[in-house]
Amino acid sequence: MPTEQEIFEKVRTTLVDALNVDEDEVTIKSRLKGDLNAESIDFLDIVFRLEKQFGVKIPREELFPESIFQGDPHFVTDGKVNADGIKELEERMPFADLSEFKKDTRLEKMEDLFTVELIVNYLKRKLGS
Amino acid sequence: MRWTWIDRFTAFESRKSATAVKCLSLAEDHFADHFPGFPVMPAPLILEGLAQTGGILVGEANQYRENVVLAKMSAKFHREAMAGEQLTYTTTIDDLNETGARVKGTAHSGSDLVAEADIMFAHVKPDQLPPGIPDPKFVFSGELSHLLKMAEAVAKR
Repeated sequence: MPTEQEIFEKVRTTLVDALNVDEDEVTIKSRLKGDLNAESIDFLDIVFRLEKQFGVKIPREELFPESIFQGDPHFVTDGKVNADGIKELEERMPFADLSEFKKDTRLEKMEDLFTVELIVNYLKRKLGS
Repeated sequence: MRWTWIDRFTAFESRKSATAVKCLSLAEDHFADHFPGFPVMPAPLILEGLAQTGGILVGEANQYRENVVLAKMSAKFHREAMAGEQLTYTTTIDDLNETGARVKGTAHSGSDLVAEADIMFAHVKPDQLPPGIPDPKFVFSGELSHLLKMAEAVAKR
């Protein structure tokens, strides 16, 4: 089983290639959109590269679920992710740290959940390490 | 205006690779301005030809049921291509899944490497399209149809 540090280093290489950023820009806390300027199409690219890099299958919507982004009325009320939405997030993204997001659940804050740490945590679970 | 930047397929292996050629004729309008007295194939049109070769390869993998759109591309150019040359576009599928595909492509003139590119395509579902698009199946239709038939014919050889 790879260690957390080994996973991080491979994720960093993946992000350097996919997003054309320098290695030292990628830290465990970096946000993919806010800090590394990823665009939505880059998420698709990142998933492709992670699959190859780690030899795993990443089903659509598993790492970066999109349905809440699209303002599904079931999960979003007045521009904020509601209690059902948070529950959905907890179920679908057990690898995400929701503590900060729970303080400010505005939909536009969702993108801050997608950090390097989130990817590392997801892969740790996936690889059973 | 026609927007087909390959002339014919010369090899096609479903879900694996496709090769197409493009003859650069001085009669093509763009050579008049790019550049007067020095007819160089515009680099984006080489990439367009590569993307069309790879895009049809990706589309054929699902019998053209998906809308295949160019999502991302990085390219490196090695030399210019002039009117009178014939470019060979070779594309191979690196990854293919329900969300899209990654393809590697090269453009050669004879044995010379002219350009190489990494291309990412996305499958766009009808519900991901902005409202108001008249035909939700908008990629593999119209003037591309004859190219698709040609790809099919080459694949059967």
